[in-house]
Amino acid sequence: MKEYVSVWVYSENNNLMLELISCGRSLSDTLKIELTAVLIGDEAEGKADKLVKYGADKVFMINHPTLKESPDEICLATLTDLIATHKPEILLIGSTKNGKELASRIAARLETGCIQDCSYLTINGEGQLITKRVVYSGNAVVTATFSRSPHIATVPLRTFEKLEPTERKGNIMKLEAKAVKPRLDVVSVSKMEVTDVKVEEARIVICGGRGIDSKEDFKPLKELAQILEGQVSNTRPLAEDRKWFSGWVGLSGKKIKPTVYIGCGISGMIQHVAGMRDSKIVVAINKDPEAAIFEFADYMVVGDLYEIVPAIVKELKKALD
Amino acid sequence: MPRIIVCLKQAIDVSQLKADANGRLITAGVSRKISDFDKNALEEAVRLKEALDGEVVTVTASVEDAKTTIREALAMGGDKGYFINDEALQNSDTLAISFVLAEAIKKIGQFDLILCGEASIDGFSAQVGPRLAELLNIPVITYGRKICLEGSVLTVERILEDRYETVKASTPAIVTVTKEINEPRIPSLMAIMKASKKEIVTWRLTDLGVSPGKVGEAGSGIRILDVKAPKVERRRVLIEGETPNEIAEKLVKSLIQEGVVGR
Ligand SMILES: Cc1cc2nc3c(=O)[nH]c(=O)nc-3n(C[C@H](O)[C@H](O)[C@H](O)COP(=O)(O)OP(=O)(O)OC[C@H]3O[C@@H](n4cnc5c(N)ncnc54)[C@H](O)[C@@H]3O)c2cc1C
Ligand SMILES: Nc1ncnc2c1ncn2[C@@H]1O[C@H](COP(=O)(O)O)[C@@H](O)[C@H]1O
Repeated sequence: MKEYVSVWVYSENNNLMLELISCGRSLSDTLKIELTAVLIGDEAEGKADKLVKYGADKVFMINHPTLKESPDEICLATLTDLIATHKPEILLIGSTKNGKELASRIAARLETGCIQDCSYLTINGEGQLITKRVVYSGNAVVTATFSRSPHIATVPLRTFEKLEPTERKGNIMKLEAKAVKPRLDVVSVSKMEVTDVKVEEARIVICGGRGIDSKEDFKPLKELAQILEGQVSNTRPLAEDRKWFSGWVGLSGKKIKPTVYIGCGISGMIQHVAGMRDSKIVVAINKDPEAAIFEFADYMVVGDLYEIVPAIVKELKKALD
Repeated sequence: MPRIIVCLKQAIDVSQLKADANGRLITAGVSRKISDFDKNALEEAVRLKEALDGEVVTVTASVEDAKTTIREALAMGGDKGYFINDEALQNSDTLAISFVLAEAIKKIGQFDLILCGEASIDGFSAQVGPRLAELLNIPVITYGRKICLEGSVLTVERILEDRYETVKASTPAIVTVTKEINEPRIPSLMAIMKASKKEIVTWRLTDLGVSPGKVGEAGSGIRILDVKAPKVERRRVLIEGETPNEIAEKLVKSLIQEGVVGR
């Protein structure tokens, strides 16, 4: 049986960090070992206590005001160095785009395996870390384990629920960032519209696809979202080819698991489904009765979204009055 | 005259996949193709080559025969293909594949830019680009949707979850590209014919001096236990009605009964 010493978590995203702590907590409880959160960046001081309250036993706090959110060399070098010194067996990293790059590069430096976007992590009877993730564009789920240490896994937002904060005692240690020269020069940053950034957190998501002809035609969807206190989102072609919105739902976009997903004019290609298949209730509106999205729907509405969506808005207004 | 290397994966055509009676995925015999984003990487490389009078070579590591796939890349504008083909690559994870690709790239020689896909369509691990950067000790810029190369200065616009970032690096460097960077061309008949005369260099692992311990299960950091088709358990209730209003009414009623709208 393998001997473990500690589980570490890191994410530059504050919410994701708390979710990783929750996941890491259950792994370290099973293994009866310590959970360490690594905090690198701006104002680390103010955040360390919180991480303990949410379940970390130890926090390595590295205050580094110049550190950008990007996984630059400083973050990479600092983490890699710490891991080489303290030898945690399990490292969980928040699966943002930068987080995935960071995880891959740490894994390369330490010559170990890395499993991205885990939807499930557990310790089996033999003390092995077992992971599950989606592959083949959503056509399969692969169960895998590690054969080298540290085991590096990335975990997307909303995969685990953060724990309730409690008054706990933890060990907060201040450390220095490693001084290395950055290789990339960030010239400019432009923020996207914030409305659809939070789609992962929405309880109800109204998603539009290419069945919608113009950006203006999104209005009924937005109205529906407003009544239901949800968010609108879209498929990748609308976001990237037509540039109507910044983010999208799917394999290469956001993974969402709202209570209700309503897909309007979406064909249900596997790459889109990969991002919404964990929704609790799926409603699909499509004029083509053969559309693949219906395979993944709880409620199937065959019809013209231009007629159906406004009618739903009307009915909801009536019902909720 | 930049020299650009495109890492071109021969991926499983995921739209052709089926599961057996036990839900296990059948991958044997499924058709292969250039991984989607790698086509974008190749297209971008060819555009840069056309603008800057450079050279584009592709590199592919695969257990299976990938010559037809590589030939397609050459028809799209690649000048030469390198193919690492060896049974020992079976069960290699990204740790092992990256190592092999890095060794091949060292043997290919001088280059200015390596382009990879954001992720491969079958594995979707988004690891090989960043790992190569570490093995070759050069900068990496992930999720690029616009590339500008001027001399040795590389400027790339990245797309992240909530922002776009423009970053600069000096070459040699690696960029991983997103689908939106371009629309890959469909090669003309002429280009296809020309491609049949272009060279594909095939290497075995011994040609690269890669020992068996570096690939396959021994050279990998992860071990696959099971690959299954995900279960879809949806109710698939068809909401019918004469008019849109009738349909809407039924749907809203159902959602209220589920307790998911209203209180
Ligand atoms: C590597 C890769 C990654 C990808 N990643 C993603 C991803 O993350 N997310 C994503 O969304 N896509 C992704 N895609 C693209 C994906 O394959 C599909 O092309 C895309 O999801 C299709 O979008 P759509 O459903 O909006 O459009 P379409 O497939 O064109 O479907 C439009 C649907 O609207 C219906 N329709 C038309 N008019 C009406 C009407 N008036 N009323 C009702 N229905 C109507 C039609 O019947 C049709 O079914 C990816 C593709 C690749 C190759
Ligand atoms: N076997 C391979 N041969 C050549 N390039 C590869 C191979 N595997 C991955 N790549 C490259 O690395 C990118 C990311 O792949 P992945 O890490 O599998 O998601 C791909 O888009 C390719 O550019």
